[in-house]
Amino acid sequence: MNHLDILENQSVFIMREAFNKFENLAMLWSIGKDSTVLLWLARKAFLGHVPFPLVHVDTTYKIPSMIEYRDQLVKEWNLQLIVGKNEEVLKSGVTYPNGKATRVECCGTLKKDGLKQVLEKHKFTGVIVGVRRDEDPTRAKERYFSPRDKNMEWNVEDQPPELWDQFKTDFEPGTHIRIHPLLHWTELNVWEYIERENIPVIPLYFANEKGERYRSLGCAPCTFPVKSNARSVADIVKELRHTKTSERSGRAQDKESEDAFEKLRRDGYM
Amino acid sequence: MQTTEQLKIVIVGHVDHGKSTFVGRLFFDTGSLPDGKYEQLQEIARRRGVPFEFANLMDGLQAERDQNITIDTAQIWFRTPKRQYVIIDAPGHKEFLKNMITGAAHAHAALLLIDANEGVQEQSRRHGYLLHLLGIQQVIVLVNKMDLKNYDEKVFQHIETEYRAFLTQLGVTPKMFIPMAAKHGDNIAALSSKNMPWYKGLTVLQALDEFNVPPKPTNLPLRFPIQDVYRFDHRRILAGRVESGTLKVGDRLVFWPSGKSSVVNTIERWSSPASLTASAGESIGVTLTEQIFVERGQVASHEQDAPGVAREFKANLFWMGRANMEIGKRYKLKLTTQELECEVKSIEKVIDASTLGQVEKSRNHVARNDVAELTLHARLPVALDNHHRIPESGRFVIVDDREVSGGGIISGVKYETRSRDGVKSENLTWSKGEVLSKERAIRNGHHGAVVWLTGFSGAGKSVIATGLERELFSRGMQAYVLDGDNLRYGLNANLGFSPQDRSENIRRAAESAKLFADAGFVVITSLISPYRVDRVRAREIMAEGQLRFIEVFVDCPLEVCEKRDPKNLYARARAGEIKEFTGISAPYEPPEKPELVIQTSKQSPEESVAAVMDFLLQTVGVADTSYAI
Ligand SMILES: Nc1nc2c(ncn2[C@@H]2O[C@H](COP(=O)(O)OP(=O)(O)OP(=O)(O)O)[C@@H](O)[C@H]2O)c(=O)[nH]1
Ligand SMILES: [Mg+2]
Repeated sequence: MNHLDILENQSVFIMREAFNKFENLAMLWSIGKDSTVLLWLARKAFLGHVPFPLVHVDTTYKIPSMIEYRDQLVKEWNLQLIVGKNEEVLKSGVTYPNGKATRVECCGTLKKDGLKQVLEKHKFTGVIVGVRRDEDPTRAKERYFSPRDKNMEWNVEDQPPELWDQFKTDFEPGTHIRIHPLLHWTELNVWEYIERENIPVIPLYFANEKGERYRSLGCAPCTFPVKSNARSVADIVKELRHTKTSERSGRAQDKESEDAFEKLRRDGYM
Repeated sequence: MQTTEQLKIVIVGHVDHGKSTFVGRLFFDTGSLPDGKYEQLQEIARRRGVPFEFANLMDGLQAERDQNITIDTAQIWFRTPKRQYVIIDAPGHKEFLKNMITGAAHAHAALLLIDANEGVQEQSRRHGYLLHLLGIQQVIVLVNKMDLKNYDEKVFQHIETEYRAFLTQLGVTPKMFIPMAAKHGDNIAALSSKNMPWYKGLTVLQALDEFNVPPKPTNLPLRFPIQDVYRFDHRRILAGRVESGTLKVGDRLVFWPSGKSSVVNTIERWSSPASLTASAGESIGVTLTEQIFVERGQVASHEQDAPGVAREFKANLFWMGRANMEIGKRYKLKLTTQELECEVKSIEKVIDASTLGQVEKSRNHVARNDVAELTLHARLPVALDNHHRIPESGRFVIVDDREVSGGGIISGVKYETRSRDGVKSENLTWSKGEVLSKERAIRNGHHGAVVWLTGFSGAGKSVIATGLERELFSRGMQAYVLDGDNLRYGLNANLGFSPQDRSENIRRAAESAKLFADAGFVVITSLISPYRVDRVRAREIMAEGQLRFIEVFVDCPLEVCEKRDPKNLYARARAGEIKEFTGISAPYEPPEKPELVIQTSKQSPEESVAAVMDFLLQTVGVADTSYAI
């Protein structure tokens, strides 16, 4: 087995464990490369099927081609999709693009609260999320099975022990558990795997004529492309083997203060 | 092209001994920090008016930076020209021991830091003990903060002596000790010839590449725990991960603890190259030829080498729960994919892992951060293995009130031996004769024992065996060589060289050796015995009979053996005339912890025999001097 086989098999094991343990299971799908790889791994785990719904939290500020791509895959792969929107806040217009909220506040209401509403409505007790440890220092401390309390808060100072692939699968009513099957992957691994498996990804990741591409996809007003000439998956793999800039460098909300991202995550952000 | 192996290293040791600082500095000194990270960390320190700390690279939580302490374990990726590493930083504070365990349980190897100024402390020892319990054999000790002791070699030596002795008691042999000053980068990426000219060993960076990625246990007996059963179409697919061994289409499987049996019809994967086999580490699906009812929690094995099945078993356990672990209370046991209620039947011993001393006798609970030897009783039979035989099915966790609160490893499992045709001999007990083995030992002047020589064909096993036999005989000792070829001549004439037959060959040799040793002989076996699992079983067979077992690795490079080729076997194997020849077309798994290693390419046969004699005489001697050898 090479390193991608090891990563894949571990993720499949975790996904199957989640499916066995949670009656009400869903998977977040942000349309980005990670959650698309996650979707692919689900099909590996369940032999071509995806036996739970996908949740997409739509902020309405996503880059338009993301939504097109999403709807196309839903058709082709026969997926169940649940779209969540924080209608109330969108109606009130208190968002960053409208100049009425800071970036972090905007993420808090549109994404985090948007997610909370979907989870409550459908009573999901397990949510599969495609975060990775190499993304940022708080995610570096995550567990594969990570509990969230009634208010979706993450008690990072007191996380359950995790050893020998035995996970925390018992939870109190009203709480839920986030499952992170991609935790042990790096950004480079994700692209190596996309290359090996030929997984379709949204073209926004490839460099355009201006020599720019997205490394990480979020909402249009807060995500910026990086300089790059990588026009194919193979180019991206080559680029990442040498780069020394961090992946979320194009994400503006992380930079509002030293611990902006940590606060968002403690409060239940992905 | 980079190699694809990934090695996971955990950094452990007492609080504040400099673990996170070391990781930060390792990244800095090797130019591995992302662009702008160093400047960003400096800027943060400046803004908050606190001194810059390299530890802040890993201590990502605000609460951690505020208190300069690691709370939770974190992982980061690191690369040397040789391979990629996952570096797992663990907290040293006693309060966060469960986080340390979480980090260490994922590791292949460990760096244990000791502050030169404070010396060996409580968690230095407790972490050492836990590494051993978690099965991490590869350890390098870094003596940090040498700057605070004027880079004094004596301080380093003193700590090395003390801590080496501690690890030796646990049966852990540290790979090396390195003096270091993490804060200043001494001996991390470059040798500090200015401050520590006396240190001539490797830098920490070089030392990392000395660790090995342990191979997947593909040659151990098959364990395939069922994780789930899927019915996405008309078929019933058993989903699971092969934990050890290899499974093939057409294999007959037995499911434990139920004992039901069926044959593998297909191996299911999606969008992966088709293959008729699946080995340790692979998550697959399986369909069976005859439909039998199996569900999550059953563990499949081959007919031979089945797991033990028991309701009661012994374990070494560490406890992380808030509430004590108590006799008689109900817990949930999770072992492979089995989950069931259990209770503690008895607590044999509670150990203070920071001293290795026993906590007051007859205590009937295990408190947080304690380690204990105890007996667990499950409500129903469990399929399980001794941890030293198959780690994946020899360890478990205990859930108390929804929280994973303890972890343990299993020992003392008795396996039912089945003969070759699958008929097991029931109702047999070993009948003890009138003459006690002690009496035989006194008459002979030595105990019976088995010297198990293992190594390539041509490594020198036979020469050592016959030399040893002659030497023992001339001293008036009872000795006999069990030679592999001789056994195949008669007792094992019906066996070939497939892995199964080799395994049976070894089992019979071990059982024969046991009879001889029980009769008071020093038995010398001379068999290639290439598979670790077979030798472990031989060891277990002797342990059952309370007989001494000395595994001797006759270590000689393959090229040298091939050049010697006394029986012209290598040449024939190369020509394809002999199939499954060890070293050429079949694997050899060197022993992990042999009692003795003899390098025959570096010494004469006489020297080799003398080395084994030295060891042997110490082992089989009888205390009563009037009968001394
Ligand atoms: N003088 C000196 N100080 C050091 C050295 N290495 C680390 N320190 C200091 O020791 C203190 C503790 O270092 P950390 O790296 O946070 O220790 P740690 O082992 O990670 O601590 P925990 O994770 O909380 O157990 C910091 O103030 C470091 O600057 C060294 O080589 N020399
Ligand atoms: Mg630390």
